[in-house]
Amino acid sequence: MYKYASPRNFYHLAGRLLPWLTAATVMLLLAGLYLGLFVAPPDYQQGETVRIMFIHVPAAWMSMFVYVLMAGAGAVALVWNIKLAEVFAAACAPVGASFTVLALLTGSLWGKPMWGAWWVWDARLTSELILLFLYIGVMALQASIDDPRRAARAAAILALVGVVNIPIIHFSVEWWNTLHQPASVSKVGTPSIHASILIPLLTMAAAFKAYFFAVVLLRMRPAILEREKHTTWVAETVEESA
Amino acid sequence: MKPRHKRLAIIVSAVVGLTLAALFVMNAFRSNLVFFFSPTEVLAGKAPVDKVFRLGGMVETGSVRKSPDGLISDFIVTDMNQRVEVHYEGLLPDLFREGQGVVAQGKLEGGRFVAREVLAKHDENYMPPEAAKALEGGKFIPGDKKRP
Amino acid sequence: MNWSEFFAMGGYGFYVWTSYAVAAVVLAFNVLLPLRRRKAVHKTLREFYRLKGERS
Repeated sequence: MYKYASPRNFYHLAGRLLPWLTAATVMLLLAGLYLGLFVAPPDYQQGETVRIMFIHVPAAWMSMFVYVLMAGAGAVALVWNIKLAEVFAAACAPVGASFTVLALLTGSLWGKPMWGAWWVWDARLTSELILLFLYIGVMALQASIDDPRRAARAAAILALVGVVNIPIIHFSVEWWNTLHQPASVSKVGTPSIHASILIPLLTMAAAFKAYFFAVVLLRMRPAILEREKHTTWVAETVEESA
Repeated sequence: MKPRHKRLAIIVSAVVGLTLAALFVMNAFRSNLVFFFSPTEVLAGKAPVDKVFRLGGMVETGSVRKSPDGLISDFIVTDMNQRVEVHYEGLLPDLFREGQGVVAQGKLEGGRFVAREVLAKHDENYMPPEAAKALEGGKFIPGDKKRP
Repeated sequence: MNWSEFFAMGGYGFYVWTSYAVAAVVLAFNVLLPLRRRKAVHKTLREFYRLKGERS
């Protein structure tokens, strides 16, 4: 396992994994779209707008999941000085930010017809917006410091401080009286999502997860080449690909 | 642009953006707008007086009265314990129904809540209409698709 | 199945299809940007090694 932590081995491992992850993403995405658009019934209250959930909820889950991964990788990079963790954290930020944007936009497109407003300063919505600003802050730090090592450290510290926002997002619907409804899937006890709606949701969530890992590897590979450009293996790899 | 200037531009815009965001968020929290008060809390005097706040609860069944053009409505918001009368001039959202959750933003004026904005709140349950019908009869079986 | 009914989404077609379109754009960008970056990095690195080879 440890040998894959070397940039060279990881670069090649990522190259071998990518086709599999791509295939998994495409298959899960097609299955999720078919189930979500053709098989799932309209909701008893919200009608056809419930189909927005199959995008909105996986995107929102990923926005938090990616943030935790990014902050965790940042911590690993800070403590053990592992270059690969820095590259991974840097690759996470833009992808996580894009999931956050997607969750906010689809939430808006769902909120307008159902709640009656595009945007509400609700605790859940506000904390998710703060998540977007945290991602932007991390990306700005990475872009504004030239030395990749120092950039990674500064970004990791900001990311770690921002982790407090993750439980706030998750529990906001329980701690405060919010317009946003409480969690459905993680709720214990009585079923709150019918299987015909839950299965497409979980399929799309799996598709988003596979997609995320594929896209992160896609981002990490050129970043590894750039940071390791003084090594002979990168010189050879680049010549070979020409 | 020189790299140094570019870096400066990034830092300045990030700081300005984050400050603006923080101000917006703090303003929302200060004016009690990120969460709502229940009728019980309102009648216990916990909601701000003479200030805009949010009132949330359920639209009492049979309480909705609308003007003929549907643009002026009066209804009662309840939390099954206390009730608050609400007056609203404007279009109600699609999901606004009797017996359903609602969040209204406005002010108390002479004992009744005058809303500037009314938002429908839905619960965390998602199911097809047939399942909802079965549930009403107390016979909800998850995954049972044969039920009418 | 009735396609015009499918696209109408019970009157919520605009909201549902805009959501899916936004998702498609975001997901596509996340793939296209790293692919472009990959190309650019390979190009600059080839240039870098060429110059290095000339100097030595």
